[in-house]
Amino acid sequence: MTETVDRSIEPSSARTSSAEPSSAEPSSIETSAVGAARGSAGVDDAANEVPSEVAARTAEMRQVLDRKRARDARLNWLAPLITFGLIIGVWYFISYVRMDEVRRRTALPPPHQVLTDGFLVWHDRKGIRPILESLLVTGRVALIGLAISVVLGIVVAIVMNTAKWAEKSIFPYAVVLQVTPILALVPLLRNWFGFGIASRVVVCVLIAIFPVITNTLFGLQSAQQRHHDLFALHGVSSLTRLTKLELPGAMPAIFTGLRIAAGGCVIGAVVGDFFFRQGAIGVGRLLDNYQKDTRIPELITATICACIFGIVIFAFVGWLSNRMLRSWHDSAGADT
Amino acid sequence: MSTDVSLTFSDVSMIFPDGTHALDQITFTVDPGEFVALVGPSGCGKSTLLRIASGLTEHTGGVCDVPRDSIGYVFQDATLLPWRTVQRNVELLGEFHNMAKAERATRASDAIELVGLAGHEDKFPKQLSGGMQMRASVARSLVMEPKVFLFDEPFGALDEITRERLNDELLSLFRTKEFAGVFVTHSIAEAVFLSTRVITMSARPGRIISDIAIPFDYPRNPELRYEPEFAELCGDVSNSLKVAHA
Ligand SMILES: Nc1ncnc2c1ncn2[C@@H]1O[C@H](COP(=O)(O)OP(=O)(O)O)[C@@H](O)[C@H]1O
Ligand SMILES: [Mg+2]
Repeated sequence: MTETVDRSIEPSSARTSSAEPSSAEPSSIETSAVGAARGSAGVDDAANEVPSEVAARTAEMRQVLDRKRARDARLNWLAPLITFGLIIGVWYFISYVRMDEVRRRTALPPPHQVLTDGFLVWHDRKGIRPILESLLVTGRVALIGLAISVVLGIVVAIVMNTAKWAEKSIFPYAVVLQVTPILALVPLLRNWFGFGIASRVVVCVLIAIFPVITNTLFGLQSAQQRHHDLFALHGVSSLTRLTKLELPGAMPAIFTGLRIAAGGCVIGAVVGDFFFRQGAIGVGRLLDNYQKDTRIPELITATICACIFGIVIFAFVGWLSNRMLRSWHDSAGADT
Repeated sequence: MSTDVSLTFSDVSMIFPDGTHALDQITFTVDPGEFVALVGPSGCGKSTLLRIASGLTEHTGGVCDVPRDSIGYVFQDATLLPWRTVQRNVELLGEFHNMAKAERATRASDAIELVGLAGHEDKFPKQLSGGMQMRASVARSLVMEPKVFLFDEPFGALDEITRERLNDELLSLFRTKEFAGVFVTHSIAEAVFLSTRVITMSARPGRIISDIAIPFDYPRNPELRYEPEFAELCGDVSNSLKVAHA
């Protein structure tokens, strides 16, 4: 088959050069400079021996690309690190230069105190340990909420996808759900689901289910007519159509929804901690307590931990999406 | 191996709900073993005719008699499912018809081998060139061993060289198979090279304007394209199409 695509410059250039018996030493200053700059043996030296200027140019271009890639990679961690340093600097400045001793204690203690009173203290009631324990509680609420949102959201979207009337009759209420402030629902939720964990989970679901529904529905409906024709031609059942065409094709959109929902669930779980205070203590309630008791280093520690927790969940979903879609879907590699 | 499957269109007309008069009294028969090429200006209803033949579209007039239980339909696009590998794409129709897993896999492998994609089984469509995707699509349609084959400009989007290659291979591929087929194309040379008959259609509403027999025996070899008789037949088809445009 002549159509085999040969995208790689690398192997072919290596092949041509190895076929060539090693001739004289570098012939032109330009190519030898390139060879020296690239520095290593093997392919590089071989490329040097190819009489044509093309090989040298190719090597040069590749080298420029490599350097650019390395620079980008370095930038990826260096830039945030510099920002981090700046933030710490400004923090110290505000804490020591702009504040008196009382304010320093009640509003913004310096970074090292957050470490010594927060992150580095391992104790039943103080420091990082209660914070981690509360995160476990909040994390469980968020994950249960997320699981329910995803399952329920996908089911609802599938139902909406079966008929136009189903979509029309459900969609307005999904929107209502989305635009209603959670605060307005708190009294009702207390009545229905009590003051504990259950209500917190419900808050997560209320926040997270909408993006799952809309994205899944969009994904299910994005199946192309020509694919539908192919399926129709063979008289397949609508279940087969769903499992072999619509759902697989909807996966990228479902993952988009999942990512938004994951962020929403973390927020929902923390917010739920504030309102539904019975049962295990979540990080939201802990934040509230620390603020009331002016335990500022621990408050800041808890806030940072909650951030990291959100980032971890978000990154995990991104990783999962990338892993599952990368092989066939173009945009999958682009984000995260 | 022999088949008695034929396709019959008598006075088939199509008027879409929006009033578009796409086909007007199309009458022809494709006998067992015949491979009829359909040529006509863009928009004259060729795709519509194939859709009617396959049952995807309900026609509004006349009688269309096509055995529907065993149709191979190769669309203009490869219509591969992007999340399936070549192997799994080719197995798809077998899954539709509840073919046993092992048999499905062997048949798919055979078909992939036949279209020259061996070694690419585990690739995803986005990793294939347009020509290779089309090969996979043809392989997919082969798995169910259809008795009726419908091609809707399958190689229209490919370059001339790739197209000629695929034409040559299509012919050798089908030499052993028994079927009745319709091949829609806008390439006159492709039509003459592949088919036993070339039917030309007028601009919308599509009517049949000529039905030209192509007497060359199969197997046809690629050099046939340079024979004077071949050029003459292409000229005939071309002339009747000029009438269509007039
Ligand atoms: N579903 C449809 N509704 C209305 N008009 C259509 C529909 N499908 C095709 N047509 C029209 O019918 C005519 C024939 O279309 P088609 O069969 O695709 O042409 P061809 O394949 O010969 O280029 C065109 O004018 C097209 O716009
Ligand atoms: Mg068409």
